[in-house]
Amino acid sequence: MSAPATIEDVERRLRERRYIGDRSLATSIFLALKLEKPLFIEGEAGVGKTEAAKVMAEVLGARLIRLQCYEGIDLAHAVYEWNYPRQLLHIRLMGEGEDRRAAEREIFSSEFLLRRPLLDAIDNDDSTPPVLLIDEIDRSDEEFEAFLLELLSDFQVSIPEIGTIKARQVPFVVITSNRTREVHDALKRRCLYHWIDYPDLDKEVEIVRARAPEAADGLAREVAALVQGLRGMDLYKVPGVAETLDWARSLAALGATRIDPGLVSATMGAALKYQEDLDRVREQVPALVEKAKRA
Amino acid sequence: MPEAPRVDLLPRLGAFARLLHDAGLEAGPRRLTDATRALGFIDLTQQDDFRSALRSVLVSRKEDIPVFEAAFDIFWAPPDPRAPAGIIPGRTRSLPLSPERAKAWADALGLNASRMNREQNPDEFPASSSGYSAEELLRHKDFEEMTWAETEQVRRLLEQAPWRVAERRTRRLRPSRAGRIDLRRSARHAIRSSGELMTLFRRKPRVRRRPLVLICDVSGSMERYSRLLMIFAHAIARREDLEAFVFSTRLTRITRLLRQRDLDRALDSVSKGVHDFSGGTRIGDALGDFNRRWARRVLGHGAVVIIISDGWDRGDPARLTAELIHLRRSAHRLIWLNPLLGSEGYEPLTRGMAAALPHCDDFLAAHNVAALEDLGRLLAGLDSRTTR
Repeated sequence: MSAPATIEDVERRLRERRYIGDRSLATSIFLALKLEKPLFIEGEAGVGKTEAAKVMAEVLGARLIRLQCYEGIDLAHAVYEWNYPRQLLHIRLMGEGEDRRAAEREIFSSEFLLRRPLLDAIDNDDSTPPVLLIDEIDRSDEEFEAFLLELLSDFQVSIPEIGTIKARQVPFVVITSNRTREVHDALKRRCLYHWIDYPDLDKEVEIVRARAPEAADGLAREVAALVQGLRGMDLYKVPGVAETLDWARSLAALGATRIDPGLVSATMGAALKYQEDLDRVREQVPALVEKAKRA
Repeated sequence: MPEAPRVDLLPRLGAFARLLHDAGLEAGPRRLTDATRALGFIDLTQQDDFRSALRSVLVSRKEDIPVFEAAFDIFWAPPDPRAPAGIIPGRTRSLPLSPERAKAWADALGLNASRMNREQNPDEFPASSSGYSAEELLRHKDFEEMTWAETEQVRRLLEQAPWRVAERRTRRLRPSRAGRIDLRRSARHAIRSSGELMTLFRRKPRVRRRPLVLICDVSGSMERYSRLLMIFAHAIARREDLEAFVFSTRLTRITRLLRQRDLDRALDSVSKGVHDFSGGTRIGDALGDFNRRWARRVLGHGAVVIIISDGWDRGDPARLTAELIHLRRSAHRLIWLNPLLGSEGYEPLTRGMAAALPHCDDFLAAHNVAALEDLGRLLAGLDSRTTR
């Protein structure tokens, strides 16, 4: 598939794959592709950051390579690792008289190399450059950030036994963060930045219709309106779009085509994840349902 | 290749980057180059795309988006032809510029300066006459009674304080003599020596200092302590991983303001950046705000939370209790410092303090340097005590 030629083109392709985003997101994606810079997407949990990268891969007809970050993630998990058990076995099975030097070359060849996502993204032979998703970078630590900074500036990896591997084609990099901590400015400076906000009501209804088609039209609208109402409340954890979708799907699975206070109370665990929030909302369910039906 | 942006746009873009720079955004030459390139790919007649393109290149932090939008409106947005005559839409937002810069920009752009300048808070920390006390005396002198010069001494004392915050084990491993076996290194070594596991290498978790989060009451009743507490915050910020907030009626994050090396400039920016020094107190609301907006961002990695307040609260005690319970659950340790605790015969009887007490891990004084040193010792030894 060819690269998108205009912002409209990006918008259209996202929509075809049932990703409903703003034009400004399409603009950022388009520019990231054109300027060949990583795209840094921030937003609250569940607004569709990871989904944006997945859809981008589909849109470009590219392979998606995903690296999920976590505290303590290191090069052995992110870049490469030698397959030590196999290497040891190989050496033990070797006859006495064999050339040790040749053997060493053999066990430090790509056959014994475990390729992790970052190496995979750099050392690729894909027909279209892959999409590299570095997910939830805020969970990793400063050491890993520093490494990424280096990687993103020259797209090459050094493996002492093999040599330097440089990307023949630079992957399209998407980095996401939930902002559980501030990512270093130096890293952000290398990227284009996009903040994804919660969608407004009409957009959220559209998202529910696109991604949870099993929910009837009336239900889709009412659930979206209900969640919009919840976002206005003073909650510890405000529900994201992912929660709206879960909720709509749960209600649809129960055969509901409209919402009512009983159904909402029974299923609101799909959207609210703190006991205090559930308690706070429970008293107000009838009023919230009433308001959602009028929206 | 798309056409390069029109030549006359480039100087304008440079000027716009300078405006952003003056308003506190980092808009260096690299970003400017990217912006120029980006504009080559979009249709400049589409104002929304033009705006989005510049935003994605020149902004890299959510907090900076409103500043960018205000600057964009002031600099680029032409009056909407559909709007009734006499109204300039979108030009009402203010920009955080120093008064001189605001004036200069207003002149350059032909605008009224009041549109650009953010309200300035005249509140300054009260300065008083000079005096001198011996160090030991100073250590036990109540902050409330200190003079300006004495506070300077205090600052030096605090900076020399020997303690550091306790460490915690991280998930990152590093080589060490004891600990779990490091299969990677051991195997690698074995391969070099004909496949025999001759040496076992080990590794253990690396330790890191715990992050500190300081939430400081600067309401009216705390006024006489607030300068010293800010000096304290600045002294810690110099060497620890510190997130600092102040509140009276609402919560303000001052972490970035405290980062300036020079104390007086840091204090100056804090007093300019915080708009409700010496206002009323709503501790519960402030902590609620913290729990919702900041807790997930700053309480990772086993943070220690310190609240400094005298507990005089005009808010709802039930709210305060609920927020404290939530906060305690997400922090490694919750410490409440009360400057009044040092005064003779003090009992934590204020409504706020009575509500708060059962939910804090530690309740300490904060009225003089000796008290702050006690705090330091507590922070340094956190993990040697059983918590909760």
